[in-house]
Amino acid sequence: MEYLIILVSAIFVNNILLAQFLGCCPFLGVSNKLSTAVGMSGAVCFVITLATLVTYLLQYYVLVPLHIEFMQTISFILVIAALVQMVEIILKKISPSLYQALGIFLPLITTNCAVLGIALIVVTKEFTFGGEPHMLNLVESVVYAFASSLGFGLAMILFAGLREQIALNKVPKPFKGIPIALVTASILAMAFMGFSGMV
Amino acid sequence: MGKFKLITKGLVKENPTFVLLLGMCPTLATTTSAINGMGMGLATLFVLVLSNMAISATAPYIPDKVRIPAYIVIIAAFVTVLQFIMQAYTPAMYETLGLFIPLIVVNCIVLGRAEAYANKNSVIDSACDGLGIGLGFTMSLTILGLVREILGSGSVFGFKFIAGDGILAFVLAPGAFLALAYLIVIFRKVTKMD
Amino acid sequence: MVLCLGVICLVSSAVLAGVYALTKEPIEAAAAAKTNNAITQVVPEFDGEPELASIEADGQTYEYYVVRKGGEVAGYAITAAATGFGGPVSVMVGVTADGIVYNTSVLSQSETPGLGAKCTEPAFADQFRNLDPAQTKLAVTKDGGDIDAITASTITSRAYVNAVNNALAVYKAITDGTAPDAASGASEAAEECQSQETK
Repeated sequence: MEYLIILVSAIFVNNILLAQFLGCCPFLGVSNKLSTAVGMSGAVCFVITLATLVTYLLQYYVLVPLHIEFMQTISFILVIAALVQMVEIILKKISPSLYQALGIFLPLITTNCAVLGIALIVVTKEFTFGGEPHMLNLVESVVYAFASSLGFGLAMILFAGLREQIALNKVPKPFKGIPIALVTASILAMAFMGFSGMV
Repeated sequence: MGKFKLITKGLVKENPTFVLLLGMCPTLATTTSAINGMGMGLATLFVLVLSNMAISATAPYIPDKVRIPAYIVIIAAFVTVLQFIMQAYTPAMYETLGLFIPLIVVNCIVLGRAEAYANKNSVIDSACDGLGIGLGFTMSLTILGLVREILGSGSVFGFKFIAGDGILAFVLAPGAFLALAYLIVIFRKVTKMD
Repeated sequence: MVLCLGVICLVSSAVLAGVYALTKEPIEAAAAAKTNNAITQVVPEFDGEPELASIEADGQTYEYYVVRKGGEVAGYAITAAATGFGGPVSVMVGVTADGIVYNTSVLSQSETPGLGAKCTEPAFADQFRNLDPAQTKLAVTKDGGDIDAITASTITSRAYVNAVNNALAVYKAITDGTAPDAASGASEAAEECQSQETK
């Protein structure tokens, strides 16, 4: 039940892109085509879940016992960068077809603030999923990270679909490109606000 | 390019928000009021100037293959320094901006300037470049924050000029996207850069 | 190559450790100043330093501050939290020695700006100034109580009321030496509200 609340809350109510503004660069940058949006979402999903698992363990089994929490930002980003590199190498070896689909997005993901953002949120923020305020445990963290990345994918794919349609229409010249995309995002965010209060 | 030009180019010609469209996450997330936008801008400015200088000084000794991780480590170090300073001297602002302070590490503006300018120019020039882009970013965030604050809560820098509420949507997520969209359009029209 | 990266990491860590040591004191001072500010706001005049104490109840430890004037207890500053709309709403509640809520102060909240975040404003928060829990029913008017909720933010208002109720339960435990949930009317009301909220 609690995991269901985490899923609904992270995907719809507190959508990582449309309510928390994490990962806006790829959201605006690579959402021109539906196919690239799907590829990017897949890669982000994979990396966020894995990165959160690793950084959670790093935080509670290395940084906290050694009292070097001040190395949090620097160690998290290094771990994420290394992880992305590793995923790229492993993917190339074991599944060339998946690598072809996700490969070009992987280098971009290191600097996607959604990855570092979620990793930091789960170790710093208290959550209240169906109960008293508490810090998330390992399983909850990973579920939360996975759900957030699903939310990222959902928003990204919806948005790319909308942008493909908009490209076929006439847009006033100064609105061409990013501005009309932002107006679209605004309407999408308004639609997602309808979910608020659900959990 | 003269030093003055280096510093002013970030305001209009290479404005990171309205022209280059970089660093969108903090731009949209922290501009619920003018003062918050300004705080975020200044925090980024601080990291940008210092990291640009450090990277410009160390770039000749860093092998090409590991330059990106090296830059990220340098930037992350300055961001953490900023976190300590803000926690100590501006705790209220630190709490408001919250997550978006450590996330300066992954702001594409900072890494972008390191890669595009600082690693092939002198320390002084890089500092000016960082200052210029940082000022442009601060200005854009303050303007966006101001617009959202006026429309959303009917106040300017915290001083209320109309009683009651504004158009709440502008403080919330949809207003962030909408306000930014229209500001970019106005910026394009005024500077005739479409 | 690896050596170079290693050196950079080492130098950065050394710099960070240095800055950490330098700013450690001011950071602690800032945090202490914040707590002290909140305490002076919520309790009547006192002399000396507030004393930190804790009480065990329900397997949970609650921390609170005791302030004295002329050797006698002037009041208690109790920190309590409840689940709001965007996460926990943490409130410091000042209770005088004779059980009157003197004042409250929000320590942290992540409610919607312009809606729930208004709980920090006097229009709402001043309802908890000089409030006698025996005279006032601590619940929002919608639930049959005497507290006017913030417009369009009933959940936040309920959370605030719940936090105050939780603090009063802790106060009861302090003065009676009994556990907070030992059939105290205040905490029953709190539970009632909470169960309504989850519905």
